[in-house]
Amino acid sequence: MNINPDKCVACGNCTYVCPMGAIYIDPQTRRAAINRDECVECHACYNGMSQEHLNPVLVRAIRRVFQILRVRFDPEPDVCPTAAFEPEELTWPRLVRRAFSDPRVPHESTGVEGRGTEEVKTNDVTGRVKVGEVGFTIEFGRPGVGVWMREIQEMCWALAKAGVSFEKKNPVTSLMTDLATGTLREEILNEKVLSAIVEIKTTVDRTEEIIRLVWEVEKRIDTVVALGVGTRCDADGEDRIVAPILEKLGYRLERAKTNIGLGRAGSRPAPEMRAEAISR
Amino acid sequence: MTNTLHRFGDAASFHDDYIVFAIPSRGNNDADSVPKLRRFLELALPFQPVNLGDARHGGALRPSRSMNPTAHWNRDVKPDFAAVIAGLNAPTTAAAVFDNRPAAEDFVKAVVAADLGLSVNISTSIEGAEQCCDAAGICRHSVGYSLGFEGKTEHLPHADVLKISTMCGHGMVSASLAKKMIDWVKEGRRTPQQAVTYLQRFCSCGVFNPSRACRILEEARTRTR
Repeated sequence: MNINPDKCVACGNCTYVCPMGAIYIDPQTRRAAINRDECVECHACYNGMSQEHLNPVLVRAIRRVFQILRVRFDPEPDVCPTAAFEPEELTWPRLVRRAFSDPRVPHESTGVEGRGTEEVKTNDVTGRVKVGEVGFTIEFGRPGVGVWMREIQEMCWALAKAGVSFEKKNPVTSLMTDLATGTLREEILNEKVLSAIVEIKTTVDRTEEIIRLVWEVEKRIDTVVALGVGTRCDADGEDRIVAPILEKLGYRLERAKTNIGLGRAGSRPAPEMRAEAISR
Repeated sequence: MTNTLHRFGDAASFHDDYIVFAIPSRGNNDADSVPKLRRFLELALPFQPVNLGDARHGGALRPSRSMNPTAHWNRDVKPDFAAVIAGLNAPTTAAAVFDNRPAAEDFVKAVVAADLGLSVNISTSIEGAEQCCDAAGICRHSVGYSLGFEGKTEHLPHADVLKISTMCGHGMVSASLAKKMIDWVKEGRRTPQQAVTYLQRFCSCGVFNPSRACRILEEARTRTR
């Protein structure tokens, strides 16, 4: 992402909207600037802020007068008054930053937006996590901390060593050069992203072992981890196996994403839509 | 996309937070999913959702590419549900957000009856989702638990900030902006309702819950730490 210095009026609105806090007002140039190392190319500044197209010279003059008169300038906080943000054409490997950080960009490897995974959200169609299995989503950098790919590498190596299988339809897996060792492409290791999910599947009896392993690696990396655990429910819609394991490990289960089993493979229209088609 | 799973708060704090979303499975049932996703969103309208959205275009309140300066005094702050439905033009995730359980239950019943064939998930407290399933007479198929945030949690901001910023699981609502809005509400510079309209526009898939955000901002106004 670039900020056009001819347009920027240093209003400072963008310094708050950047999820990484990577935008600041440079005291030398008196314009907003981006710390490129920390910028994860999420485009929250460009996509999230509304844009006005005011004359920068006029806006700067007004701001100066207000400043001299000690009048508090109170603009709308989500607006770039001069549309100063200009997305740049990213090249490899910096491209990885946007792929993992801008939720509007579908991942090439999976075709899914956001972090690029379907997890148990489509388990009723895919059967991705079966009875007796547990799917882990180990998400790094969320919320708002970010993660270097080299830190994700640490976890992938540890998990591979434990002999787990990485989910193939996952953007992080697609960047591995060796699934057996969990090794990521070397050229991306110094790229920072807003968040990324490592997705694995294992048998229920390994749940505690995997969580303890995750805890161990967490100590060695400088970011936060959001752990998700997915499982298939019984025929009566209950989970009597995984939840007790998690509670035994000290987790308070407060929130979940519940797949209610309405999905099916194939493209049969819904009954109401079939009726509409027939009446036409 | 775990954009709704890891919202910060305990189960009680999700009493006004129900996200029901439909998602096609790539290569399995996404080929003709667009009309079904639109239908899913239309079905939500009678139950007065607080937000609707799709993962490609955003929610019911969006940023403007060419804002007129007069908009500072006359800004669009009304969610445009019709635009969300009309704008959904490719297979993606479609979400409806409710701020009360009866509405979510009624919507789930309507979705079950419509038999769209898409995967449908409810993201809220575990108990809240179970109640929705019971009301609709269906059993849970699968469940994805959030175990919360761990690791170097010293990098995380204050709980009130987190409650707001994690309502966009993709991280597009920055902690700094959430903090700024809490401060502005404390200062009396904006009402919670006004502050929420700024925050909401950053959420790129429409799962931000403006009603819950208003409540959190109101609670934060008088909190001392």
